[in-house]
Amino acid sequence: MKTEHTPNEVSIPEETLRKWEARGVSRRDFIKFCTATTAAMALPMTFVPRVAQAMEDNRLPVIWVEYQSCSGDSEAFLRANQPAAGDIILDVISLEYSEVLMAAAGHLAEEAKQQAMEKYKGKYVLIVEGAIPKGDGGVYCTVAGRSAVDSCTELVRNAAATICVGSCASFGGIPAAAPNPTDAVSVMDLVPGAPVINLPGCPVNAENLTATIVHFLTFGKLPATDRLGRPKFAYGKRIHDNCERRAHFDAGQYAEAFGDAGHRQGHCLYKLGCKGPETFHNCPTIRYNEGTSWLVMAGHGCVGCSEPQFWDTMSPFYRRLPNVPGFGVEMTADKIGIGLAAATAVAFGAHGVASCFRRGDNMEQDKVIEEE
Amino acid sequence: MAKKIAVDPITRIEGHLRIEAQLEGGKIANAWSSSTAFRGIETILKGRDPRDAHHFTQRFCGVCTTVHSMASIRAVEDALKIQIPDNARLIRNIIMGIQNVQDHVIHFYHLHALDWVDITSALKADPKKTAQLAQSISDWPNSSVKHFKAVKERIAAFVSTGRLGPFQNAYWGHSAYRLPPEANLMAVAHYLEALEWQKEVIKVHAILGSKNPHPQTFLVGGMAIPVDPDSQNAINADKIAYMQKLLKKARLFVEQVYIPDLLAVASFYKDWAAIGGGVGNYLAYGDFHMDNAGGTDNLYFPRGVIMGKDLANVLPMDEKKITEYVTHSWYDYSGGNDRGLHPYQGETSHNYTGPKPPYDFLDTDGKYSWVKSPRYNDQPMEVGPLARVLVAYASGNQDAKTIVNYVLGQLGVGPEALFSTLGRTAARGVDCLMMARMNEKWVADLVNNMGRGIYETHNAEKWDPSTWPKEAQGFGYHEAPRGALGHWIRIENGQIANFQAVVPSTWNAGPRDAAGQMGPYESALVGTPIADENKPLEILRTIHSFDPCLACAVHVMDGKGNELIKVKAL
Ligand code: SF4
Repeated sequence: MKTEHTPNEVSIPEETLRKWEARGVSRRDFIKFCTATTAAMALPMTFVPRVAQAMEDNRLPVIWVEYQSCSGDSEAFLRANQPAAGDIILDVISLEYSEVLMAAAGHLAEEAKQQAMEKYKGKYVLIVEGAIPKGDGGVYCTVAGRSAVDSCTELVRNAAATICVGSCASFGGIPAAAPNPTDAVSVMDLVPGAPVINLPGCPVNAENLTATIVHFLTFGKLPATDRLGRPKFAYGKRIHDNCERRAHFDAGQYAEAFGDAGHRQGHCLYKLGCKGPETFHNCPTIRYNEGTSWLVMAGHGCVGCSEPQFWDTMSPFYRRLPNVPGFGVEMTADKIGIGLAAATAVAFGAHGVASCFRRGDNMEQDKVIEEE
Repeated sequence: MAKKIAVDPITRIEGHLRIEAQLEGGKIANAWSSSTAFRGIETILKGRDPRDAHHFTQRFCGVCTTVHSMASIRAVEDALKIQIPDNARLIRNIIMGIQNVQDHVIHFYHLHALDWVDITSALKADPKKTAQLAQSISDWPNSSVKHFKAVKERIAAFVSTGRLGPFQNAYWGHSAYRLPPEANLMAVAHYLEALEWQKEVIKVHAILGSKNPHPQTFLVGGMAIPVDPDSQNAINADKIAYMQKLLKKARLFVEQVYIPDLLAVASFYKDWAAIGGGVGNYLAYGDFHMDNAGGTDNLYFPRGVIMGKDLANVLPMDEKKITEYVTHSWYDYSGGNDRGLHPYQGETSHNYTGPKPPYDFLDTDGKYSWVKSPRYNDQPMEVGPLARVLVAYASGNQDAKTIVNYVLGQLGVGPEALFSTLGRTAARGVDCLMMARMNEKWVADLVNNMGRGIYETHNAEKWDPSTWPKEAQGFGYHEAPRGALGHWIRIENGQIANFQAVVPSTWNAGPRDAAGQMGPYESALVGTPIADENKPLEILRTIHSFDPCLACAVHVMDGKGNELIKVKAL
């Protein structure tokens, strides 16, 4: 990242750096964190001191709850870098409740949650992981004898802001996949109108979560989003727009089978089912696990996990997207991308339709969807 | 006087678990284990492409995120009789191996240690004595006075803010905590170090599988990650070297930090070698193929069954003897709720009869959990690292014998001590060390293949569903970090006709069966002493020793009680 090589442009007060050193965070690491986070939020580098300042203030109270989840987002958070999860927990936020990490259990754990909610009313950030099952009076998910529907609604209403991590909390995710046996819903559907930001992905990319928290600390508000509530800094472009294999797509060079010569040489994965042309996410630019890799880099196509209802609209995952003609022409490919997204939204608008379509479909043939 | 208590939520686990217990004379007289959430993924799977199943089932659990991919893919490969290339076998072993290693370390430090380690007592420790203690048990370079002093100061600064975050409201100061302050400080320092370590070593998943959690690299017939020393976009020498570095780092931490800490902590809690034994029957599917023949004869962890703690007789495992009961689970079987069904015949029609939320207690005489009760030959079975290690030990696996004997020798206890809460926690360490050492061998074998020009990672012969038989069924297994994991699939006309998973936590967390036999959690809790009924720390110790993972366990339910959707021929 360019900013790493020009730390002298960034001026963070000496006093701040010393404070972080006293906490066991080296000045190098702190500067790196502030610049990387500023860059992740797509802000100019002049904002670095402001980000540093925000980190300086009192730890932000955070309540992290899980409902119909697999804990994958909590696990992703544990893999966070710059700062690492340990630093975030000790220095950046005050994690008042997290079932995965907290030491307390049973009624004492519940008490901690309740106390934090009252003490920091209107000031805490709520992080929700997992969908919320509304079916049959909420019996499909209870914690301490209370339904997720009840407790989530109360926590969202009292929060300064709610961050939905992962596709389940954002859009319903896998529990809401057809036929949605438990009537699972997303947080924005459970509590319409509440200040909610969605960080879909299965699971969330920890760096996008950190950047969102820091944005909140820096500006006292959530970042700008698209119409699906996703921050533009992370979901503003399609995977296909930034993909390292895009040149091969444009040149008409495709892997035809897993492990063939083209596949080994990094050709485009479109024919093996890659959903990058329809998926908005910053995977190719920030990657995962401290920039180690991402789907396409490891030879497997994108499954579209940051899009609503992707389990229904993007599957079968190994069938290519509806036929994209005109290989090699940048403009055509783009136009098709947009056309596809619209057409798919219409075709798969309802779950029921999605599953009928899926079952009735001959999976090895391309779906032919007319372009508008 | 008997008194009933409920611990809900059980924290530091995956998912939603509730324990109710009847206390009498300072001990647990009776216990009930209940899962309080479900999603219905099995229903969602019906009618889908069997090649996609692993993407869905991987979301059963986000903690050990590869294991369901593995079991699902093996189920499809078993059904379609697909043999995978040798490189795919090795890559799978490496992915699974590092998953087990990383998961066990996280479990020990972040999910289990606080049951034994009083973090607040660490503030009273002398960093000099802590360094002496640490250096006396291991060569770990990070054991200086300076290091422990810095950790102590950091914790003190944190505590002085008056905001303990995830550490508030815990059972600190409880009379059942027994470590001296120095051991507590050492453990707290390693809690933080392990947090850093785990995110590094799991990058092996990212290299081979794009990311962690939820890697995206498995395929029916092999792996999506290409292998080619002459490519920038495949596993080449560069990436091999990176993996070797990470795997060595993983092994060193296990050898020099985890195992010494485990032994040091355990030496203060030896009475727990006689508490929390449970059902005494152990089941392991075995795993980690040592050759490419595809059978189950040459597995690093062998397959087998031990009944009634009888280590002299390891019985063969027969998946046909597995059934699931719903007598005390919120489901109905069409043929009556008192019979067990094999997973191929599994039925999942829900019938919630529990109290309307909010509630104080469940009706434990009736149905009280979303988890079914799996049985082997109608017996409850414990699965997990203890089962895996016991079967390996009793079958004569040399690595298992050497390490188990070392651990028992260090603690001065006999093999019978393994049948306990402490034994379960120790066996996890043994399992972890065995895997940490094997990982480097599998990478060496992969390098050897690549050196001989063998680059194949995927067998595409049966990739196209038009080559499949009209009907097929298969069993996929895996020794996940938490134990024996099985997926059963029935394929009709190229689509999933039925899918059943019996996961490790279903075996362990399940409620009573038709004969009233308790599940392993329940059984292990009976007889446990409870010093303070308001702070039942002892319940956490035994339950956490199983490493519960409940999202997994409640995967298989059909929320609407729908009949299997009849799949029409196209
Ligand atoms: S189709 Fe997929 S692999 Fe190909 S360029 Fe687009 S995003 Fe990359």
